[in-house]
Amino acid sequence: MKLASLQQAVARAVMQPLTRSEGMQRVAPGGGSMKRYAARYIKPNDRLTSFERLEIYNRQYWWRVLGSMAEDFPGLRAVLGERRFADLCRAYLTDCPSRSFTLRNLGARLEGWLRRNPRWIRGKKELALDMARIEWADIDAFDGAAEPVLQVEELEGTPVGKLKLRLQPYVQLLELHYPVDDLLLQVRKDEEHGADFASNAIVEHRKRAKVKAVTGLKSEKIFVVVHRVNFSVYFRRIDREEYAILTALRAGKPLGAAIEPAFRASKVPETERGEYIRHCFQTWAALGWFCQPQRRTNPETQNKKR
Amino acid sequence: MPANRFNNFTNYGIGIGLRAPHYDHILTRKPVVDWFEIISENFMIGGGRPLHILDQILEQYKVVQHGVSMYFGSAGRPDREHLKKLKDLVKRTKTPWLSDHLCWGSVDGRYTHDLLPMPYTFEAARKTAQKVREVRDYLEVPVAVENVSSYAEFHVSEMTEWEFLNEVVERADCGILLDVNNIYVSSRNHNFDPMTYINSVPAERVAQIHIAGHSKFEKYILDTHDHAVIDPVWKLYERAIERAGRTATLLEWDDSIPSFQEVHDEALKAKRFLGEKKLGVAV
Repeated sequence: MKLASLQQAVARAVMQPLTRSEGMQRVAPGGGSMKRYAARYIKPNDRLTSFERLEIYNRQYWWRVLGSMAEDFPGLRAVLGERRFADLCRAYLTDCPSRSFTLRNLGARLEGWLRRNPRWIRGKKELALDMARIEWADIDAFDGAAEPVLQVEELEGTPVGKLKLRLQPYVQLLELHYPVDDLLLQVRKDEEHGADFASNAIVEHRKRAKVKAVTGLKSEKIFVVVHRVNFSVYFRRIDREEYAILTALRAGKPLGAAIEPAFRASKVPETERGEYIRHCFQTWAALGWFCQPQRRTNPETQNKKR
Repeated sequence: MPANRFNNFTNYGIGIGLRAPHYDHILTRKPVVDWFEIISENFMIGGGRPLHILDQILEQYKVVQHGVSMYFGSAGRPDREHLKKLKDLVKRTKTPWLSDHLCWGSVDGRYTHDLLPMPYTFEAARKTAQKVREVRDYLEVPVAVENVSSYAEFHVSEMTEWEFLNEVVERADCGILLDVNNIYVSSRNHNFDPMTYINSVPAERVAQIHIAGHSKFEKYILDTHDHAVIDPVWKLYERAIERAGRTATLLEWDDSIPSFQEVHDEALKAKRFLGEKKLGVAV
């Protein structure tokens, strides 16, 4: 048997979801008996059947990827509860198995998948989507690339209206329907404390508090920047106008085109807008959110190098 | 003195894996450690705290890269994005050699994130060796392949695991990261004599040795890296050192990680086998 065919057959079995009791399914990929399927490829030994040996890898695969999802999305787990979250992850990973060499990217397609498969978050769609988005933004902000920070002198000579400012790749902009930033911080705090207590009563109390925090959460439109300072990730709430400007800048619009539409239907009085904008840009620059402009490569130089 | 072109780092001594729970201890106390092994994939990222930590470690310690997802044995071609990011990291760490596993784990662009055992066939050896060469040529750094623990064997196998390892490293002309704990685990799971394995490995190609602990279950042993090294594994290590000479040695402890001191103390137990009297010529 060819190497590629063998690996495809074994991978199909290894990546097939486990049963409710966390064993390997009795039915093989494509139908038929899994016992016969395993026996076709795997040798038994004096202690384990072919099925049992393959099952070790099947379990390891699912425990590893489910563990990784639980680690990356504790907020979504709190929103949905353990059982629903586990079911959702199994379905997601079955549809979207890892396509990256690193487990870090396992949840990269979760938001898109949830939008296409809303039944997994029925009754909590917006809240669950918001939480999935902020948790993924948190991962990107944690280890996303940082480019050299913009220095004011680099802007000299460019008319303000035509100025294009680039945001740091790690800065994530979110428009959310629920204050999931606070909820996520609370979930993490509970988990940190929970790890310190062995008492069942305390664990149960914290579970109830978590459920209460989720069910009591009121819808509220918020705008959040997920960014980092000194290598720690922070959630910074911003105004709608700030969000509009930053989103336009990220899309590559020049400063003039980014600012003007941001103040349509704005509550910021016209007379205060100049000061408002100045303050915003001072803050963003101080946080290091702008990076140096991309240097254009000279095609002639490139040709010469060739 | 370097023993040969593969076992080129005889002065590296005894290292431990760089793990997050120990970052603060290492950066604040600056303990004396011969070297650290990093999991390459943990640092193949754009930026942020992990790379900041790594840069601080690199200022003070020797670092060697160890990968978990190159999958030399997967039938598909190497992932170009993976290789590019790995090369960026190689330039950053200036790792003197780089290791990854003799296993497979990805199929048609889907990743299992596991170290799946190879079918020990000549076709697999040929393809795996080709990939090792390709990766080494792209990265421009010596490569060592590590034997994995396994829980299953394939009907199609045409040779033993150690014969397969030898076949691959000879064809690829690469080094070996000899994991003596993995040999022990697999020997118990597949009923072979681990000393036969150790004695069959081309000693001149052993670039590095891994030691670790494991977990024993009713019907099999699992390579969990969550315990101290047991005596039978130390015996295998002793024999490996007798054959290969002084070799860069690393303790892996990846789960239920105890204090830095406990991990380091466990690793330093290897010293008792590295005395001059113990060192011999490959036999």
